[in-house]
Order: sequence, then structure tokens, then C-alpha cells
Amino acid sequence: MGVEGIGARVVRKEDKRFITGKGRYVDDIKLTGMTHAHFIRSPHAHAKVKGIDSSAALKMPGVVAVLTGQQIVDDKVGNLICGWAITSKDGSPMKMGAWPAMAPETVRFVGQAVAVVIAESKNLARDAAEAVVVNYEELPAVADVHAAIKPGAPQLHPEAPGNQVYDWVIGDEGATDAAFAKAANVVKLDVTNNRLAPNAMEPRAAIADYDAAEEHFTLYTTSQNPHVARLVLSAFYNIAPEHKLRVIAPDVGGGFGSKIFIYPEEMVALWASKKVGRPVKWTGDRTEAFLTDAHGRDHVTHAEMAFDANNKITGLKVKTYANFGAYMSLFSSSVPTYLYATLLSGQYNIPAIHAEVVGVYTNTTPVDAYRGAGRPEASYLIERLMETAARQLKVDPAQLRRTNFITTFPHQTPVIMAYDTGDFNASLDAAMKAIDYAGFPARKAKAKADGKLRGIGVSCYIEACGIAPSKAVGSLGAGVGLWESAEVRVNPVGTIEILTGSHSHGQGHETTFCQLVAERLGVPISQVSIVHGDTDKVQFGMGTYGSRSAAVGLTAILKAMEKMEAKAKKIAAHALEASEADIVIENGEFKVTGTDKAIALPMVALAAYTAHNLPDGMEPGLKESAFYDPTNFTFPAGTYICELEVDPGTGKTSFVNFVAADDFGRLINPMIVEGQVHGGLVQGIGQALLEHAIYDANGQPVTASFMDYAMPRADDVPSFNLSHTTTLCPGNPLGIKGCGEAGAIGASAAVINAITDAIGKNNLEMPATPDRVWRTIHAG
Amino acid sequence: MYQTTYHRASSVDEAVSLFGKSSEAKFLAGGQTLLPVMKQRLASPSDVIDLGKIKELQGVELSGDTLTIKAATTYYDIMTNADVKKAIPAIAHLTSVLGDPAVRYRGTIGGSIANNDPAADFPAALLALGATVKTNKRSISAEDFFQGLFTTALEDGEIITAVSFPVPAKAGYEKMRHPASRFALTGVFVAQTKSGEVRVAATGASQSGVMRVTAIEAALKANWSPAAVDGVSISASGLLADIHGTAEYRANLIKVMAQRAVAAAG
Repeated sequence: MGVEGIGARVVRKEDKRFITGKGRYVDDIKLTGMTHAHFIRSPHAHAKVKGIDSSAALKMPGVVAVLTGQQIVDDKVGNLICGWAITSKDGSPMKMGAWPAMAPETVRFVGQAVAVVIAESKNLARDAAEAVVVNYEELPAVADVHAAIKPGAPQLHPEAPGNQVYDWVIGDEGATDAAFAKAANVVKLDVTNNRLAPNAMEPRAAIADYDAAEEHFTLYTTSQNPHVARLVLSAFYNIAPEHKLRVIAPDVGGGFGSKIFIYPEEMVALWASKKVGRPVKWTGDRTEAFLTDAHGRDHVTHAEMAFDANNKITGLKVKTYANFGAYMSLFSSSVPTYLYATLLSGQYNIPAIHAEVVGVYTNTTPVDAYRGAGRPEASYLIERLMETAARQLKVDPAQLRRTNFITTFPHQTPVIMAYDTGDFNASLDAAMKAIDYAGFPARKAKAKADGKLRGIGVSCYIEACGIAPSKAVGSLGAGVGLWESAEVRVNPVGTIEILTGSHSHGQGHETTFCQLVAERLGVPISQVSIVHGDTDKVQFGMGTYGSRSAAVGLTAILKAMEKMEAKAKKIAAHALEASEADIVIENGEFKVTGTDKAIALPMVALAAYTAHNLPDGMEPGLKESAFYDPTNFTFPAGTYICELEVDPGTGKTSFVNFVAADDFGRLINPMIVEGQVHGGLVQGIGQALLEHAIYDANGQPVTASFMDYAMPRADDVPSFNLSHTTTLCPGNPLGIKGCGEAGAIGASAAVINAITDAIGKNNLEMPATPDRVWRTIHAG
Repeated sequence: MYQTTYHRASSVDEAVSLFGKSSEAKFLAGGQTLLPVMKQRLASPSDVIDLGKIKELQGVELSGDTLTIKAATTYYDIMTNADVKKAIPAIAHLTSVLGDPAVRYRGTIGGSIANNDPAADFPAALLALGATVKTNKRSISAEDFFQGLFTTALEDGEIITAVSFPVPAKAGYEKMRHPASRFALTGVFVAQTKSGEVRVAATGASQSGVMRVTAIEAALKANWSPAAVDGVSISASGLLADIHGTAEYRANLIKVMAQRAVAAAG
């Protein structure tokens, strides 16, 4: 490892511009002649749009146009798509209602756009929007998943009778029933996985710029995957063919999944830009973020786990209702199915699993992938079940897990996933040691003497990252392949540009990706730059989500590097009159091994571009590209243990300690990994203690601002105690598993297990607000 | 925010005069309530008259058994003031846990009480300490000043100039913060006057704004100790309820916060 190579705690290159306010976000971009869009959004959860009168608004100063949902339908802009086809247990395809970018006839959630005002400034657009009169006829609405599937419930889409999108199953029902028939003990649990609003720091934004002479669009947008955006906008929304649409995602201030999807606002901006003949900018405000960014989670689940007399798990049955909101967002269908139920084996040997997932429409904001996307829901369920089982079977919760750990690899679970490697005992041991698990009873007794209820909670999570083998996901219904691409350009003076289809929106790719180059060539990272987020620059890419950028994106870079290095070695060997097999790369030089003969990288690069003296038949230049398709998912895993105290007078939780022992395989930059874990843990703790996107029975959002929606603050969370146990991922040459979501996946169960341990009551829903904890303590 | 005309008044008289000349003016102190509401387009004053730079509205005076805090004094200046810390440390504590540093550098005592937000901290201190609100026209007892949710005795165009607190024998303030907004989910201020009277006021709890808690006052008058409150029963009737706190929970918090405030008061 060099000072800037793999494993080095290199300070982030991108932070200079971020912390000095020089980041370039979409809203920072101003184009000549740019107009501003303000959307008119439904105040009703369910209503017919009877008419839109924009005559007064059109007379107001600075108004360029008022465009409606009917016009976008008339212009044949495509409806929004869902990119993963799920088949119900009866063999029928999932049932979806149409989602136009602006509603021409019916609105189905509060915040859905019906029209847009285009004006000379943001304020003028907003002023005029107040003068647009929309005549709604209110319809009955339903927000709760159980209420939505009852007979007689308000119906959202005629295509989906009973508001049911699908009823999907996985696993062997017969084998699972047989296991339960023979069980010595059965543990049952009902849990709700609370709906979350993603709340990236930067709200979504878009600028569309139509060039009539070239019939070409440029879209600047807050995207985690600009190439996917271009693909979808071209192939499905009839905006423009791909070669006539450039999508640029510049600096993006956080995504957490919510910026994977292509939203109505981008589509409308593109369409409107052509209509008005000028660039159109839209920047969402925080209220719009709460109302329209795809929400996360929102599952209601009943689960049962069967044990034999030796406390070995013999079977697992799960039934989950997933609330999709009013429309099927881009990847929503896959989240409670292939990203959730395939992880229900957890870290455990479970011979038989059967899970059924019912997807349901409600009059709420659409739900899709949010940090972890299905895996937090699975991990929370399994780890709450394990804790419940330990209490019911009266065994130590850590020991019960150990009794059931998978210890040999590869391991085929009954729910598709084949775990490649891991050492679950190692991470449990590390976490137990870090928190002094053995000393907990004494600490609990001391806390009791001080009037505090102390608890400890374990969470052993596993997740699937590095999505994904394209053939495998294709067979499961995915509409895209999930490889990644990269290009390595060595410039004539020896500096290096890495073009990647991954997209950094906070993850630090500009540093970690350079570290691979530094590791392999021995050059300083200052000689390397990372190019991403522009479809005109990067050949293609599937973007960043699912903790895939290091395992898949960086491996693609490695593959391109290997090609480039092979060519460079040929050039070096030719120049040094040596055998290609004897060339090694060290400290930015190509050396003949065992001699002092060497040629520096810039000279090799220059030789490649001058082409005065290349080996016979060699093409000039030093630029290589690669597409990398992973062979399997990767399986980060670990143990989180949380120790906390509950104030019996107020129900308020205070952390005493929080330890995380993660196995992410090889770490490129441990400092950045720690930052990812910190952020993930805070999101997991936020879900456990604070966050909840709530609707009233009529579908009105109750938590559409930070005054009501409780985001975790620094003083809500402890100082984390992190460590790593490592098994290298055999599925990629760097041994990387991914670290972006683990914290959010494993933390919430540790917290709730600790609180329920502290208060001595097992049933407690998230978020465990002080009020809810206090009422649980004092109930019955 | 809608268009508005901003004025910076240099004296109370000038502020009153500007107010009289405007069609729909609003006074601006620290701006911690008015500005967010204007940004959301929920308020559209024709004119905003800034009181924040008026010298006669700044500062703290301790005279005998009376602590006077001028209306435009910021929370930060109150919590760091030596006279406040000496005379009524519970007020220094209250301001130190009010909002966050950005709020404390801008928000003022006058702005807090003029708005009478049901979850604001200062109304509890005024009511429990038996403070007097001074305006450009008159003096109003705290009891008469707070008239229910977002409602005060202030007349149109009347400006709070100061608040006078009788220095108590003992006082304490404890609150449970709202998890999202960090306002007081419920806060309780307890005070024992030098003549032995006990007054307890709760904020954030009642549907009618800041309230006296007479049952706890009686218990503490008999025995000034946290344990004395154990047997008190607080009714949830008439208390606020929202997603972060049921009425029953707030009733519990009135009791628990009162006990902790007594413990803090010593």
C-alpha cells in the first residue's frame, strides 16, 4: 500500500470545493434566457380535475406559459414506468395504473402536479401559480395499507382491483408448513416498518435546455444515474432519442435512493423547454421534497419462526403488506420482493422459508428504494424475531444467534441468495468484546439503582450489495442490466482521467477511485481525475445505488486499468528493449525487473501519442475501456450492539454505547468507509427513534416539514465505536463487498431490541418516540 | 416571501409612528417566528418595522429585588448576563436551552412573549415568576398578558418595552423537547417567592397556551420537594395532543418536569 493507495486514509479530494462553497449543484447553474417553473400541486389526496383556469395567471407579469396535464398527454409524452416486472403467485403480471407526468384527470396523492407555470423568475412563477384556479371534485381517499385492501375501500386505479398491485410469493410453502408442524417452539411477531421521507440535503432540481436548431436537449438534473435517466427518457417518455439528449448530473447533494428515479418534474422541464423555446429551471423546495420525493419502507408484516428442541431454526413464514403509495415508481416493485424477501434467511441456517408479499396502492406519495431498499426491512424483521425468540426461549440472544449462524460457505439459502463468504462469529465476537457484553448485567443493575432502565440490543445483519449479475436480475424481471463501465485515459503528459458510470453524490468516489490508480501505478492521486455524471463524456453507466460503486464500478475501472497497463508495458518493453514479461510498474515507472532500467509513465504516454516508435502494428494512444458484469451479489454482514438507557419518567432514550463490527471485505479508504457507516447508522437510528412520514386517514400528510418530521440531529446519536472483521469477497478481484447502506440496514433492530430489553416489553413499534416508549412502559 | 417594505426604527416613538402610517405593518424583533411565516407566504405584511436596533429596548437591569430585561434583548445576551445568572439563574438556564445557537443569537424575550406560541419557553417563566410586561403604553401582569393560544393583551401597534421579574427565593425550569421542532413538548417553571408563595406554570401542554398548575402549586406549598408532587394527579383534559405527544403523555410530563424543576431549583 502506498501513502495514497488502497487502504490509506486519504483526505477527500472533493472536500476542498464542498467546504469552501464551490460545489456546482444544479441550482447553481444559470443559463442565458432561462425561465423558471413552479408546479401547481393537488391539495387533495384523491380528486377529479374538473377544470383548470389559467386566464388570470397568463396576464400576470413575467408569465411565459401555463401548461397542464392534458397538454402533456396530448403531446404524447409517455407515462412514468416501473422498470421491474413482478409476477403474482397466480401467474398474472403486476397490475399498474397509468402515471402521467402531470395529472390530466385524476390526482391520487397530495402534491401530485396538475399544471406548471413558466415565468421569468421563480417568484413570478409562484405568484402566478396562486392565480391559477383548479376545480377539483374530491373523491374518497385511503392511506393505510390495511384499509386499502378492505372490500369497499376507495379504489385508486381501475387496472388494479382491490388496490392490489401483486401478490407475490417466494420459497417452499410445503416444506415450511412441514417444519412448523414439527416445531418444538414457534415465535410470532407483528412489525411495522415505518414510512420514511429521504430528505437529501439538496432538494431535487432540473434545468432543461432545448436547442431547436439541433433538435437537441440538455438536462441538468439531480440524478444518481444520468445514463439510466437518458435511457428511460428516450426509450419510454418520447422526449428525444438518446443521441439528441445529454443528461448531466453535476455535484449532487445526497440521494439515498431518492435520486435514482426519473420524476415528473424532469420530464415536464424537458417538454416545457421545447414548448416555450427557452431553458426551464425547476428547483424543489423542502415541502415539495416531503410531498414528492419517493418515500421509503412502509411495510406491515406478520412473521413466525419455528425452532426445534435445540433452539435451531427450522422454518420461517412471512406475510408482508407493502404500501406503494399512489403510483409504481421506477424500481418500487423490486424493493419488497427481490431486495427484501431474498434476505430473509439473515445470517442463519433456515432450512425452509416461505414469504408472501402483497403490494398495495394507497393515496400517498409513491414509495421506492431508500438507503438499504428492502434489506433494512428484512434485517429488522429477522433481528426482532431473533430477539423475541431469545426472550421466549429464555436463552441469551447472542447465543441463540450463534447457535443458528451459517458457518460454511458458499451457502445456498432457500430464498435465491447464495452467500459467498463471511464469518458471522468473528463480527459477533468483535462487537461483544467492544461493548463488554459480559459486563452488561452489572451495568444494568447499577443503572437501576440510579432510576434508569438500561437495555442491550444485538443486531446481526446481512445484506446483498454490488448489484448485480445482469443475467440473474434479468431472469427475475429487471428491465436493465446492472453491470458498470469505465474508461481510463492516460494523457500524453502522463496524467490520468478515469471516466466512470458510477456517480458520486457524497460517497467520495473522486478520492477512492484515484486510490486504485495510485495503488497500481504508484502515481500521486493529484495526477488522476475522475470524470462522471455526464452522458456526453462517459460512454455509459448504470449509476450509484445499492452500495455498488466500489464492488462493480471500481472493478470496471480495474478491468480498464489492466488493459491500459498491458499496452503500456508493451510500449515500455519496446523502449527499454526488454521482454514485456519482465516489466513491472513501481512509483510511476515501468521497470525491467532486477535491473535499474526504467521509463517513467509520462514518457510511455508520450510515446503512445507521438507514435514515433511503437511496436509494429500497435495503434497509437493510451486509452482503454471496460464493461464489468459481476458474477454474484456481494454480502456485507456484521454485528451491531447498542446499549442505552430509558428514562422511565419521560420514555426518553439515551445512548450509552453503540458498537459496529462490519465485514465489508477490502476497504479502499477506511476513513470514507467510517463516514459511510456513521451516516448509515444515524439513518437507522433515525428510523428507530425519530422519523415517520405520517398521513391521516384521508391521505393528508401530517409530517411535511421539519417542524413535524423528526430528522436525527448530532445530539440524538452517540459517538460510534467502529471496527472491521474481514473476509474478502471472492466474487470480484479487489475483494470488495460495499459499505454504503449497512448502517441503515442493521442499526434500527439493535436500537429497538435494546429499548424493549430495557423496558421489559417486547412489542414496540418504530419510531420509539418518548411518548410511545412511556405509554408502552405503563401499558397494562 | 411576498414583497414588503422594511423599516429600521431607531426609537420606540419612531416605530409607533411608522406603524401608524402603514396599512398592514408588523413589528420585527428577532424574526424567529415572523420571518419563517413570511417565507411560507402565510403572512404578507405591507411593512416590517424592525425593533431590533432600538437602544432603549436593549439590556438587563437588576435593581433591588427586581430584574428587568428589555424587550429586544436576545436570548444569548440574557443567558450570558451576570445579573440574570445571579438573580434568577433559572432564567439563564431557560434561555440556554431555548432553540439552538442560531435562534439564541437572534431571538428576543419580547418577540417570544408577543407571539405567545403555546410551546414557547418564556411565557412559563413570566407566569410562574409573576412578572410584569411593560409596554409603551402601560404595565400588564403576566396573568393578564397571556390570553390563550397566540393571543395576548397587546393592542394594535402596542410595543413591549421590557419584562420585570420579582427575584424569587427559588426557581427552576425543565422541559421535554419536541423531537422534531425542538420547541417545548412540555416545559414547567416552578418558583417560590420570597414571601413563600409557590407558582407553577406549564408551557407546551395546554390547548389554551401557557397555564398555571394549581394542584402542583398546592403540593409544593405544603412541601417544597420533588416527592411532594408524587401524589398529584394531572388531568389530560384540555391538553394538546399531536403525533409526538398524547394528552396523557403531556399530563405526565407536567408532573415529571415539575419534579425535576424543583430538584434543579434546590
